[in-house]
Amino acid sequence: MADASPSMTTSALTAPQPNFWRRTQHVLASNPVSFVALGGFVLILLAGIFGPLLAPYDPLATNAAVALQPPSFAYWFGTDQLGRDVFSRVLVATRLDLMVSVAAVALSFVVGAAIGTLSGYYGGWTDRLSGRLIDTIMAFPLFVLAMGIVAALGNTVENIIYATAIINIPFYARVTRAEALIRRNAGFVQAAKLSGNGGLRIVAIQIFPNALPPMAVQASLNLGWAILNAAGLSFIGLGVRPPTPEWGIMVAEGANFIISGEWWLALFPGAALMITVFTFNLMGDALRDIVDPRKRT
Amino acid sequence: MDRRSFLKTAAATTGMAAVPFAKVLPAAAAPTGVAVVAISQTINSLDIHRKGTNRPSYQIAVNCYDRLVSFGTKTMTDGSLSYDYSKIEPDLAESWEYSADGMAIIFKLRKDAVFTDGSPVTAADVKWSLDRAVSLGGFPAVQMKAGSLEKPEQFVVVDDKTFRIDLIRKSKLTIPDLAVPVPMIINSKVAKANATPDDPWATDFLHRNTAGSGAYTIARWDPGQQIVYQRNEKWTSGALPGVKRVVVREVPSQATSRALVERGDVQLAFAVPDKDARELTAKDDVDVVGSLIENCIYCLGLNLNFEPLKDVKVRQAIAYSVPYADIHKVAGYGQGAPMWGGKSTTPEDVSWPQPFPYDTNIEKAKELMAASSFASGFETTISINLSLASWMEPTALLIQEGLAKIGVKTTVDKIPGANWRTAALVEKRLPIHLENFGGWLNYPDYYFFWAYLKGHLFNSSNYDNPEVAKLVGETLHMETDNPEYAPKVKRLIEIAFTDVPRIPLWQPSLNSAMSPKLEGYEYWFHRQLDARKFSVS
Amino acid sequence: MGGLARFQLVGSRILQSLPALFGVVLVTFVLTRALPGDPAAYFAGPAADEKSIQQIREALGLDRPLPEQFLLYLRDLASGELGVSISTGQPVIEELARRLPASLELTIGALLLSLAFAVPMGVLAAMHPGRPIDHACRIIATAGVSLPTFFTGLALLFVFYYILGWSPPPIGRLDYAYLPPDNITGFYVLDALFAGDIETARAALGQLLLPMITLALFTLAPIARMTRGAMLQALVSDFIRTARASGLNRRRLVGQYAFRNAMLPVVTTLGMVFSFTLGANVLVEKVFAWPGIGSFAVEALVVSDYAAVQGFVLSMAILFVVLNLLVDIIYTLIDPRVASDG
Repeated sequence: MADASPSMTTSALTAPQPNFWRRTQHVLASNPVSFVALGGFVLILLAGIFGPLLAPYDPLATNAAVALQPPSFAYWFGTDQLGRDVFSRVLVATRLDLMVSVAAVALSFVVGAAIGTLSGYYGGWTDRLSGRLIDTIMAFPLFVLAMGIVAALGNTVENIIYATAIINIPFYARVTRAEALIRRNAGFVQAAKLSGNGGLRIVAIQIFPNALPPMAVQASLNLGWAILNAAGLSFIGLGVRPPTPEWGIMVAEGANFIISGEWWLALFPGAALMITVFTFNLMGDALRDIVDPRKRT
Repeated sequence: MDRRSFLKTAAATTGMAAVPFAKVLPAAAAPTGVAVVAISQTINSLDIHRKGTNRPSYQIAVNCYDRLVSFGTKTMTDGSLSYDYSKIEPDLAESWEYSADGMAIIFKLRKDAVFTDGSPVTAADVKWSLDRAVSLGGFPAVQMKAGSLEKPEQFVVVDDKTFRIDLIRKSKLTIPDLAVPVPMIINSKVAKANATPDDPWATDFLHRNTAGSGAYTIARWDPGQQIVYQRNEKWTSGALPGVKRVVVREVPSQATSRALVERGDVQLAFAVPDKDARELTAKDDVDVVGSLIENCIYCLGLNLNFEPLKDVKVRQAIAYSVPYADIHKVAGYGQGAPMWGGKSTTPEDVSWPQPFPYDTNIEKAKELMAASSFASGFETTISINLSLASWMEPTALLIQEGLAKIGVKTTVDKIPGANWRTAALVEKRLPIHLENFGGWLNYPDYYFFWAYLKGHLFNSSNYDNPEVAKLVGETLHMETDNPEYAPKVKRLIEIAFTDVPRIPLWQPSLNSAMSPKLEGYEYWFHRQLDARKFSVS
Repeated sequence: MGGLARFQLVGSRILQSLPALFGVVLVTFVLTRALPGDPAAYFAGPAADEKSIQQIREALGLDRPLPEQFLLYLRDLASGELGVSISTGQPVIEELARRLPASLELTIGALLLSLAFAVPMGVLAAMHPGRPIDHACRIIATAGVSLPTFFTGLALLFVFYYILGWSPPPIGRLDYAYLPPDNITGFYVLDALFAGDIETARAALGQLLLPMITLALFTLAPIARMTRGAMLQALVSDFIRTARASGLNRRRLVGQYAFRNAMLPVVTTLGMVFSFTLGANVLVEKVFAWPGIGSFAVEALVVSDYAAVQGFVLSMAILFVVLNLLVDIIYTLIDPRVASDG
C-alpha cells in the first residue's frame, strides 16, 4: 500500500526503546482488533505449514464424476469444474501465497533498504542516481509494470516474486533514505566516524537498525498488497502455472462461474485471500502503533 | 490531446449526431427495428484484406459486402439456419459457366446490383477487388490461392457486366473459394478516389470505411466498444434484413455477456462458452443454437521433432491414455461431437471429421509404451493457448493425469495468445500441445492439406509422410464425384488413424445464446456474425 | 516566497522529472522488446506465409538492430508520433485521447466518492481513538482494501445487476440507446450536464456507479488511515493544546484548526493514491467492459502490441509527473514552509 506518511518517516528517532514489550502488551490489550489479527496470523501460519497434511483430498486429483458440486459434508467448499476439492486447494494454496508475498516483500525490503541507506548516507552521485532509478519505477503505473515484467520473463512463481518486489522497492528506499539523511549527522554516527569506523560499517550498524521499525510497518502492510498483486496477475492470465493451487488464480477462474451460480468457486479462495490480506493489514496497523506510539496519542 | 486528434474526435462527434438514434431509449424497450449483439472480441478493421485484421472483423466483409457467388442456406433439424456448403447460389453474379475447355469461368453480373452510393456494380469493380485480394499478401492471398486464384492476370473484364476468371488449373475449390468472405466486391470508384500513390489499394480508407453493396453500412464504429450496422435499403442480393439497425457491443467478460442475454439486455450473445450454452439451453427465455463447426477438430498435437514422439507406438499409447469422455464432459460440457471410439481402423466412408478408433484404455496404452523404445517413460510439456484457456486448460490437466499413468511426466505451459501462432504454427516447437484448426472449405483433403503436409501452417506436429503428400496432391483439386476420390481419401484417413500425429478429442460447436424474439441467426463456417437475415419480433 | 521563486520551483520540478520520463521510455522499450511474442507474425494474421511476415517485419522496422529501433522511436516521439496499435488498428494517440477521459472519469469519481467517506471516517476515528468507532472504521477500511478489485466488481455486478436488476447492463460508458454528449471535458456525466441533458447524465452516472464503488472501496483504507493519523497528530500539537487551554469550543477546534492542518499530509498522499487507483483500474475496466486505457493496455500487452504499450505507459508516466507537480504546487500554496526543501 502506498502509504508514506511524513510522520512515519521521522518516527522512532531513537533506537527501539526498552519498554517495547510493555507497549506491545499495552497495544494488544487496548486494541482487541489487533489481538484478533494476531490470532488470525497464527492460524494462517499454521495452515501454511500443515496445510498439505490436513487437506482431506489431493488438491490436484481430478474427478470428473463430481465436477462442480456445491459445498457438502464430503466437500466442505464444493468442487471445481474438474472435480477437485476446493477446500483442499484453498488450504494447500496458503503456503504458496505466503511464500510469494513474504519472498517478494523480503526482497524489496533488502534491496530497498540498501539503496535507501546508501544514498541517504553518502548523498551526492549515489543519491542522485538511485533517486532517478526510484523515480523511474514510481512513474510507471505499478501494476502494469508488474504485468510487463511477468509477460516478458514468463509466468513462473519466481518472476511473479521479482515483479512484485521491484514495484515495491521505492517505498522502502524512500523510508530508509529519509532515516539515513536525518541520522548521518547525528551524534552517535559522528562518534562512530571519529572512532575510525568505515562508511559501510556505519551504515550497517548505526543507520540501518534505526530505519527498521518504520520499514517493518511498511513490510507488514505490503504483505497483503503483494498477495493481491499476484492475484491480479492471475486474473489477466499471468499467474502461476496450472494446476498449482493459488488463491488468485482460483478467484480469477471462479469469477467466471459466479453468474452461472457456482459461487463457491470464487467465494472460498476469495475469503481466504481477504482474511489473509486483512490480517496482514491489521498487523501492520498494530505494529505501527507499537513503533510509533505518537499516532495513538 | 493534440490538435489533429481533437479535430478527428470532433468530426466523429458530429458524424454520430447524424445517426437518427432516439435520444432516450430504455434498453428493455428496444424497438423492433434494432438488434443488440454482444461479442467478446474486438473488431480492429473494416477491411478484411488489410494486414493485421483479426477474425472478428471478418463479419464486416460478410455484412457490408457481397461476393460473386454465395453458399445456400439450409434449415437444420432443430429449426436453426445454417449455410449450405453443397449449394452455390448467385450473389452479384446472376449466372456463370465454364468455357468449352474448362479453363475459364465466365460470370454474368446482375443488372440491378448497385453499391451503396447508387453506382452500378461493374466487371471493373470485380476485377479491382479480386486483384486487391491477391495483391495485398498475407491471409487474403493465401486464402485466394487455396482456390487457385493467384495472379491479377487471371481476372479479365469482358464487358461492363461480364467477367472472366482464367484458371491455372481445374479445381473443385475455385467456386467455393469465391463464396468465402475474402473475395468481396468493393466499389472501385470510391476506393480509387481515396487511394494515394503510396497506397494504391486504398487500405487506409477501407480500413475505416466500407464501400460495398452489402446488406448493411456502418453507421458508427467506436473501436474497442461497438459497431453499429445500418440497413442498406438499396441492397439487391437478398431480402432486406428485418431490422433497421444492429448494434454490436464488445463485452470482454463472458460472464457479463451471459448476464446480459439472460436479462434480455442484448438479443444475441454470439459464441458463448460451452458451459453457458449447456446451462442456458435449460432456460425458457433464452434460446441456444449450437452448430457443429464443419471440418474442425479440437485435437492433441504430438510433435514429431521430439524424439519420444517420433515413435508411433508412443503416439498410439498416448492416444489410448487420453480420458476422452471426461474431457468432453468437463472441458467441453458435452457440446459438440465425440471424435473417439471409432469402430474400425479402416474408415467406412469419406465423412470428415469422423471418430478415430481410440478409446481410454490404460492397459493397452501401457502395453504400447512397454513395446516402444521409451518403456521407462519420459518428461515433456503440454502447451496451451492462454486465449483459449477455457477449454484447453481443463483438457490439458486431464491429459496430464492420463499421461502420468503411462509414465509420461508433463508440465502444463500456458502461452499468451500472441505468441501462440509463432510457437505452435510458425516455429512448430511445442512438443505436446492442443490445436483447433478448422478448414473453411469443407473437404477432408483440404483439412489434410493444411494439417498433415510438411511445412504447412497448421501441421504443428511436423508430420511428414510422402504417401499423404501424394494423396493430398491428387485429391485436393479433384471433383468429389470422381471415382478415384473416395478410395484415396479413405486411405488418407486410415493413415491418420494409425499414425496419429494429431489425436482428435471432439468436434466443437459454435454456440450462441439469443432471445426467442430474434430470428434469422445463421451459422457460417467462418464463425462470425451474419446479421443479414435478422429480424426481431 | 515570491511569484518568481514559485515559478522557478515549478520549472526545476519539471526538469527533475525529465530523467525519470526518459527512464520510463527506455525501460518500456526494453520491456516490450523482451516480450516473447512476434508482432510481425501476429500482424500478418492467420495463415500468412513466411514471406509476408518478413515484409511486415521490414515495414514495422523490426528487422533493424534494437539501438536503431530505439533511436527511431525517440525521433517519432519527438514529433508526437506514437505509432499505430496493431490490435485495434488505430493510431495510439487517438486511442489514448478517446480512452483516457473514460479512465479519468472513473478514477476521479472513485476518489471523490472515497474521500467523501474516508475523511469523515478518519476524523471520527481520530476523535475517539481506541473506541469501538475507531475499530469499526479500521475494519471497514481494511476490509475494502483486502479484496481483489475484480472479485468485488463481479460480486457487485452479480448482486446489483443480475439478481436485483438495479444497475444498468455493464456494457461500457453508456447504454447503446443513448448518444454520447458533445465532447467538452470527455467526462460523459459532466458533458451531459453541460448540455442540459439530465437523462443522459443520469444514464452515464448509472453506468459509472458500480465500477466507481468497486474502486472507491479499494481506496478507502489509505485515505482513512492517513486522515486518522494526521488528525491524531494535529490534535496533540502545541497550538491545539494552547487553543484548547484557552477554552475554544471543541467543534470549532476540530473542524477548523485541527482538520485544516491534518489535510496537508492527506493531499500529498492523494497523488500517490491516484496513481495507485489508475493502476487498479486495469482490472475493474475488464470486468465492466469499460473502454478505458487500462483495459486497452492489458489487451495490448497480451498480444505484444509494442506501440500501444509504450504509448500507454508513457502517457501514464506523464500524467503521474504532472499530478505530482500539481500536488507539490497545491502544497506550497497551502504551506509556505515546504518551499525551502524543494
